[in-house]
Amino acid sequence: VCMTNCPTLIVMVGLPARGKTYISKKLTRYLNWIGVPTKEFNVGQYRRDLVKKYKSFEFFLPDNEEGLKIRKQCALAALNDVRQYLSEENGHVAVFDATNTTRERRETIYKFGEENGYKTFFVESVCVDPEVIAANIVQVKLGSPDYVDCSNDEATEDFMKRIECYKNSYETLDETLDKDLSYIKIMDVGRSYLVNRVMDHIQSRIVYYLMNIHVTPRSIYLCRHGESELNLKGRIGGDPGLSVRGKEFAKCLAQFINEQNIKDLKVWTSQMKRTIQTAEALGVPYEQWKVLNEIDAGVCEEMTYEEIQENYPLEFALRDQDKYRYRYPKGESYEDLVQRLEPVIMELERQENVLVICHQAVMRCLLAYFLDKPAEQLPYLKCPLHTVLKLTPVAYG
Amino acid sequence: AWASYMTNSPTLIVMIGLPARGKTYMSKKLTRYLNWIGVPTKVFNLGVYRREAVKSYKSYDFFRHDNKEAMEIRKRCALVALEDVKSYLLEECGQIAVRSSALKIVLHQGSSKLPGVFFVESVCDDPEVIAANILEVKVSSPDYPERHRENVMDDFLKRIECYKVTYEPLDPDANDKDLSFIKVINVGQRFLVNRVQDYIQSKIVYYLMNIHVQPRTIYLCRHGESEYNLLGRIGGDSGLSARGKQFSQALKKFIEEQEIVDLKVWTSQLKRTIQTAESLGVLYEQWKILNEIDAGVCEEMTYAEIEAKYPDEFAMRDQEKYLYRYPGGESYQDLVQRLEPVIMELERQGNVLVISHQAVMRCLLAYFLDKSADELPYLRCPLHTILKLTPVAYGCKVETITLNVEAVNTHRDKPSLNSHDLPSRQSPVRMRRNSFTPRASADTVKRPRHHSLGSKPLHLLGPLPSLE
Repeated sequence: VCMTNCPTLIVMVGLPARGKTYISKKLTRYLNWIGVPTKEFNVGQYRRDLVKKYKSFEFFLPDNEEGLKIRKQCALAALNDVRQYLSEENGHVAVFDATNTTRERRETIYKFGEENGYKTFFVESVCVDPEVIAANIVQVKLGSPDYVDCSNDEATEDFMKRIECYKNSYETLDETLDKDLSYIKIMDVGRSYLVNRVMDHIQSRIVYYLMNIHVTPRSIYLCRHGESELNLKGRIGGDPGLSVRGKEFAKCLAQFINEQNIKDLKVWTSQMKRTIQTAEALGVPYEQWKVLNEIDAGVCEEMTYEEIQENYPLEFALRDQDKYRYRYPKGESYEDLVQRLEPVIMELERQENVLVICHQAVMRCLLAYFLDKPAEQLPYLKCPLHTVLKLTPVAYG
Repeated sequence: AWASYMTNSPTLIVMIGLPARGKTYMSKKLTRYLNWIGVPTKVFNLGVYRREAVKSYKSYDFFRHDNKEAMEIRKRCALVALEDVKSYLLEECGQIAVRSSALKIVLHQGSSKLPGVFFVESVCDDPEVIAANILEVKVSSPDYPERHRENVMDDFLKRIECYKVTYEPLDPDANDKDLSFIKVINVGQRFLVNRVQDYIQSKIVYYLMNIHVQPRTIYLCRHGESEYNLLGRIGGDSGLSARGKQFSQALKKFIEEQEIVDLKVWTSQLKRTIQTAESLGVLYEQWKILNEIDAGVCEEMTYAEIEAKYPDEFAMRDQEKYLYRYPGGESYQDLVQRLEPVIMELERQGNVLVISHQAVMRCLLAYFLDKSADELPYLRCPLHTILKLTPVAYGCKVETITLNVEAVNTHRDKPSLNSHDLPSRQSPVRMRRNSFTPRASADTVKRPRHHSLGSKPLHLLGPLPSLE
């Protein structure tokens, strides 16, 4: 489905340390993965490029004329780059990451969007829980280039004063005053949401995504099925069972999982024998997803690469040229695979600890989502057999 | 169904709002959607209980909040309804009960297996919307059998006033901040969502945020008759027969005559639907998930061949056609799961024509017409026939339009069978679905796959690499 007719400008809103950059980056990663060219523009970064060395929170005082001038300049420079990306470079979505806490600033940006034919969607993060804010500061601010020469205590103190600078002029999105804008207001890290005037498919998808992500610490384990009979013969696809070594791996996996002592672990497999047999060895309940099945190699199913090269030399060459988009005759491409895996990603976002036992191409797609790998690199990510990848979200990645 | 796996404990959805705010509309639509994706759901409408208790409705006076006798009756109805809810969720293994009433209820903590409670409040202050609601559904309500329209409107508006006196909307900032709910404001213009607890609540929220009440029409039809249809073969990826091409031309004419505003056209990625759409001469989108059900090892065979070669499979399919999965292929249940994004997008859209296939069309139709899993695989979806669906009141009006182009009949009725002694939970089809039995067949058969149209042929950018 074509998701975007005209480009969309997503505008983050909120005090510092409310998770704006976390949301920007995650949303950008998700949209790019599902095939919507998206780029984030962090105004803080523009400021760092312009003002080489950060001195203190005083830069952000509301009466600091010099500071205000520079900050406005940065915002405009960022908007200019947004225009270039959306109107000239074929970007579909731009995420404008800044505090944007005043109605006046938001008005300016909205007008900018209108002039250029962009639909504007605001994402505001509101949080008053001091523990959450403190945790954010520790996770991402202390390691920021702004505080490279400070002690942790100094940095925290300065940052809290920085937040104070914004508080007085903060105008939150209002149900009455802003009733004609399209926005989502996220409260207390997802406890509740206010959604206003969702305009189109892409905004509806963005809202759905934002409502499903969480920040509860957890780990995702990705691995392939144990070695299969066809793996041994060098054949792709098919629906073989595990080889002897594959069965051994399944047992080792069971042991590994027990040792990890994971709370409430969910286990997912595909509907192909080799992943099911691997999960069986764990002795825990598991769920079979059809969409986790391996990429369909169409006419090339169960052939070796040599046989493919012999029988379909043109196809073989074409695949090497654009492995992401190449679709096996009567089969699938990596691009098709990403589309069919999207519900898995959405559900992985909702869940906490999960072990996904899948296949090489499928694992590459999932990994590319979590590690923000672009389409060109995706089909070449290393996912060897009998290897478990443990993913733990930290900071912005 | 996947959705069923994800719901562990039952859920009680409680509708909240003044009369004529769309509560029953949303209840019924939500119930239809949840049942379709495989989550057993039932609506308990207090108005129905009240009509049972008070045989004839006199006037809005019944709803005055100082009418003690009436209040007693209404309270009793609420308790009876709650008892039924409990029995549905706990004894009949329902997953979700939707309570539709205008009162905000206080749950009594009684049973140990408490359902998760999710409130859906509909708030509306637009008088035009309210008036339209009253006209559409209240005027024909059993409460007003002989009444004149204006009298109905008048009485009903007074009824609403009775409730307004005691109405306490959900308050996310103070009293109700620990409840899980969604507040739908002005028919979907705005939503307030609080404390979504689990998968099913998140699906409910997503669904409610995607439906709308703008008038529109959905057209469902199959591709024109194909070469394989003529040969009696199922599946495959054949082109249109001569009569199929005739149908496409007739379809084009029909669409033009209907003069539909902003019509979107969707097809699958199989040749026969694409060829049908091509004749329309308009833009269309190809959805892979609209492809026909995958018959696995039985692809491209005739029913006679299947019966000869796989007699057990053939028999099993007739016993439980909804759950039966072709070896190496799909079941109707799989199809429903794969079609869910189409349904969600159809809800968002306006006027749409979907050109698909027999099994696919049955699944879509079952959603719109609220048909159960038992009826779904036997719905009549003949070739060269268009079903025109128009949402009205609480359901969907269906108009069948035959375009007078002859075609073969591909429908198989449910054969009468010898019943087996096993309880339905242990039928052969269901036993096979147990996760402790690998679902794929023992010997993997090389099966023909569908040719995916729509992938542009890539051009070689340079000379073929050497093979060293």
